[in-house]
Amino acid sequence: MKFLFLTLLFFYSAEKVKSVEPNEILENKQLEKVAREIGKNLRCLVCQNEDIENSNADIAKDLRLLVRKKLLDGESKKEIIDFVHSRYGDFVLFSPPLRFDTLALWILPLVFFLFLLYLFFRRKN
Amino acid sequence: MKYFFLIFSLLIFTFFFYKGLQKDPTIIPSNLIEKQIPNFKLRKTEFFSFFDKSNLLEHREPIIINFFASWCPPCKVEHPNLMKLSENFKIYGIAKKDNDIKISEWLKESGNPYTAIGLDDDGSASINWGVYGLPETFIVNNQGKIIYKQIGPITKNELKKINNILK
Repeated sequence: MKFLFLTLLFFYSAEKVKSVEPNEILENKQLEKVAREIGKNLRCLVCQNEDIENSNADIAKDLRLLVRKKLLDGESKKEIIDFVHSRYGDFVLFSPPLRFDTLALWILPLVFFLFLLYLFFRRKN
Repeated sequence: MKYFFLIFSLLIFTFFFYKGLQKDPTIIPSNLIEKQIPNFKLRKTEFFSFFDKSNLLEHREPIIINFFASWCPPCKVEHPNLMKLSENFKIYGIAKKDNDIKISEWLKESGNPYTAIGLDDDGSASINWGVYGLPETFIVNNQGKIIYKQIGPITKNELKKINNILK
């Protein structure tokens, strides 16, 4: 029981730990919340598959500060994400935009799923 | 024939998978190629001449913009090649999170390839240029358009490539 409790606590706290440093956090809680939402959508450029909120890399810290500065300047979530996207391209977004050249990325999983469904039901019949 | 479709799609998948494996995931293609140089703000140094966006737009020939720092080992690797490039082309240096004294000590020792240097203290100019590591080098044509970006040090091969572009 104790073990289970500690394990749960471990996973719970692992979720809570972010790389955001105390001096980066905005006083305005609402804005800080938006900043974290933005941060979760932006991929750190030098660490494969980590968002900037969770990364200790220098560039992730710079981007976190930039996001917060822009929020304080009154820019919207979309404007900030668009700005970072314009500088670093699709790589920086966790969900790539739906375009002609990214179509396969979005549609293939669906096609694959339908194909498996087809195989599954065909066998049963 | 029954499995033709399956085998065919598997072959295509394998082909793209194999292609993908050969890519270097640490190199992210620049989103600024073929675009005008971005806005950026730098701080003046004490020992070197300074520049801003308007200085970069004055040129009638292509120029080189090099992001570097005295604390960055790969920047020292490419330094001799920058010296070679500086014989024929203007190189503007943007030093990320660095200080005057360290830069001047280093450049005194190994030569100064830069026409002018500006300091990027908080990394915001680097973000505006889409820089995510050091060193990174851009070539800007005479219309202020970015035509090439080199990520990582300029090695012998890269030097040839850059010389060809600048010709």
